[in-house]
Amino acid sequence: MNGRLDDTFARLRQQRRKALIPFLTAEYPDPERFKPAVDATCSSGADILEIGFPHSDPLADGPVIQRSSHRAIVNGFTVSRGFAAIRSIAAAHSLPIVVMCYSNLIFRAGLSRFLGECRDSGVSGLIVPDMILEESDKLRSTCARRDVAYIGLVTPTTPKDRAASIAEFGSGFLYLVSVTGTTGTRTRLDPKLRQSATRIKKQTALPVCIGFGISTPDMAAEAARYADGVIIGSKIIELIDSDNGDGHFRNLRGFMAEVAGRLGGNP
Amino acid sequence: MPEAKRRGYYGEFGGRFVPETLVAALDELESCFLRVRGDVAFRRELAKLLRDFGGRPTPLYLAENLTRRWKGARIYLKREDLNHTGAHKINNTIGQVLLARRLGKTRIVAETGAGQHGTATAAVCAMMGLRCVVYMGSHDIHRQQPNVLRMRYLGAEVREVNAGLATLKEATSEAIRDWVTNVATTHYIIGSTVGPHPYPAIVREFQSVIGRETRSQIRRVARRLPDYVIACIGGGSNALGIFSSFLGDQTVKLIGVESAGKGLRPGQHAAALAKGTPGILHGTRSYVLQDSDGQISLTTTISAGLDYPGVGPQHAHFKKTGRVAYRTVPDRDAVAAFHELCANEGIIPALESSFALAYARRLARRTKPKQIIVVNLSGRGDKDMQSVLEYERQTR
Repeated sequence: MNGRLDDTFARLRQQRRKALIPFLTAEYPDPERFKPAVDATCSSGADILEIGFPHSDPLADGPVIQRSSHRAIVNGFTVSRGFAAIRSIAAAHSLPIVVMCYSNLIFRAGLSRFLGECRDSGVSGLIVPDMILEESDKLRSTCARRDVAYIGLVTPTTPKDRAASIAEFGSGFLYLVSVTGTTGTRTRLDPKLRQSATRIKKQTALPVCIGFGISTPDMAAEAARYADGVIIGSKIIELIDSDNGDGHFRNLRGFMAEVAGRLGGNP
Repeated sequence: MPEAKRRGYYGEFGGRFVPETLVAALDELESCFLRVRGDVAFRRELAKLLRDFGGRPTPLYLAENLTRRWKGARIYLKREDLNHTGAHKINNTIGQVLLARRLGKTRIVAETGAGQHGTATAAVCAMMGLRCVVYMGSHDIHRQQPNVLRMRYLGAEVREVNAGLATLKEATSEAIRDWVTNVATTHYIIGSTVGPHPYPAIVREFQSVIGRETRSQIRRVARRLPDYVIACIGGGSNALGIFSSFLGDQTVKLIGVESAGKGLRPGQHAAALAKGTPGILHGTRSYVLQDSDGQISLTTTISAGLDYPGVGPQHAHFKKTGRVAYRTVPDRDAVAAFHELCANEGIIPALESSFALAYARRLARRTKPKQIIVVNLSGRGDKDMQSVLEYERQTR
C-alpha cells in the first residue's frame, strides 16, 4: 500500500504535475451523501484522498472541520463504519487513500488492530495530528509492519534539525503545515511558506505536500510551485455544505477541476 | 527506554500528545521551568507575591463544631478559600505568569470551568500588565455569573465556547487552539495538573505550597502528622498540591474525591478515575471518560470546577500504584456538606471542596477522637450559591 503513494508521486513527477489531495470528513455531510461527495472529488481531479476520522476533541482543527466532525459523530460515526466506508471507496476508485485520525481513537482500538484495519480496508497512509515524533515509536513500527505509510507533520515552528528527523522517520510524503494555527480557510499564504518549503525540500527525498488554509485555486497553484502537492480541507467541507442537496456537488466538482487544472492536471 | 523513565511520564501516564506547532513552545517552557526552579531570585519573587498579593500562608483551621457533630477524628480545614480571588488557583497562576514573563510572552490564555482559575489568571494579569483571554463554556458562564463579572472587571476578555456540552472540556480545547495559533506571543496557563508535559509537573510544583504549609502547620499544632488528607479531584491540582508533602509518609492516608454527579451511570458523573479508562485528552495520557471508540464522554456534576472527563496523569499513576485512594461522592451529599459547613462553622465552601468535605463526614464516623483528618478546603463558595439554589429547586 505504501508503494501506492510512492507510485502516485512518481507518476505525477513524470507528468510534471502536482498532487491534489482533498480532505473529507468521514460520513460527512451524512452517511448517505458521503459516497457521492467522494465520487465528486475523485472524478474531478483528486490524486490522493485524505479521509478524516471524526474525533470529539479535534485540537488541530478549526471551526469548519470541528463542526463536520461533530455532525458525523452525532450521526453515528464509528471507527468501524469509517473503515467500511474506505473499503467501498477503495473498491470504486484506484487512487491512494490516507486517513487522518487523532491518537486516542487509534490507541483505544489498539495499534495493531487499527493498522490491521487500515491495511485490510485499503489505506495507504496515516496522519495523526496530535502525535509528535517522541511519542510515535510504537505507532511508526506498527505502520511499517502493516505497510501503511506514517506521514509526519512539519510546521512553521518546527526547528530545522527537528524537521529533518520528522522527515527521516516518516514515509509516503511529508505534510508541511502552512500556518501556525489550526485548520481553516485563509485568504492568502504565509509569505514565509516558500522559504520553509524550499528548506524542507532540501532536507528530504520524500514528496512534500502543503496543507492548512488553502482556499483558492491561486493559493493552491502558488503552494504547488514549492511543493509536490497541496491538501485542501476546510474549503472542501464548505463546498460540500454549499451543495443544493441533489447529490451532484457541482460547486465541489467545479472547484476541484479548476485547482487540478492549475496543478497541471487535465481532469 | 522503559516507559517510566520517559520524559514527562508517571508510569504509563502523561506524555505529550499535541499538534507539532506546540512542541517548540513546550520545550521552551520546560527548560525555563527547570531553570527557574532552582533560581533564588525567582523563588523570592514568587514567595513575595504569594504572601503579599495572594495572602499566603493560609490558615489550618480546627473545625471544632464539625468535629463535635461528626463524633470522630479532629477535622482540620486547610483554608485555601482565603486566598486572594477565593481559591488555590492563584498559587499556580502567580507562578505561571512569572514564567510567562521570563519567556517574554505578552499575552495569556486560560480556560476556566467554575471561573476560579479564570479569575485568578485575570487578577494576576491585571497586576502584571499582561493581556488576558479566558475561554469558558456557555453553560458554565450561566452557572458561574459572579466569576464572569469578576474576570471582566479585572480586564480579561471572556470568550464564550458553545461546542459540545459547553463546559470545561470544550473551553480547554478552545484555549489550546488559540495557543496553537498565537504561540509566538502567548503563554497558555493551564489551571490544573493536566495537559501535555511539562504542565502537570509545573502546576504540581506551584500547588505544592499547600502541602508544605499544611505539613508544618499540623506538626506545630498537633505535634504529629494527620491520619487522613482529603481533597476533591477535577483535574486534580489542589489534591496534588496538598498530597505532595505527604507522599513519603505511609501512615498518612491520602484520599481524592471525585464527583459521582447524579450517580455512577454513563454520562451522569465526572468520575474519570473511578469509571474512566486509559486514554488521551488535551495532550496527556491518563484516565478518561470515553466510549468504546475513544470519543470523549459527556459528564454531569453540580460543580463546574469538577466537570471534566479527564484527570491529571499523576493521579492516574497513584491510582495504579495505590498510593492514593480515590472515592466518589454524589452531588446531593456535597450539597448537604456545603450547608453543614455554612451553618456550623460560618464558612461558605466552594461546591468543589464540598465533595471532599462530604467524604470526610462519611469517613469521620469510622475514626477515633485521637485521629486527625485534614480536608483541603480548596475554594470559597460565593460563586456557587446560585447553583445550590437551582439544584434545590430542581430536586425539591
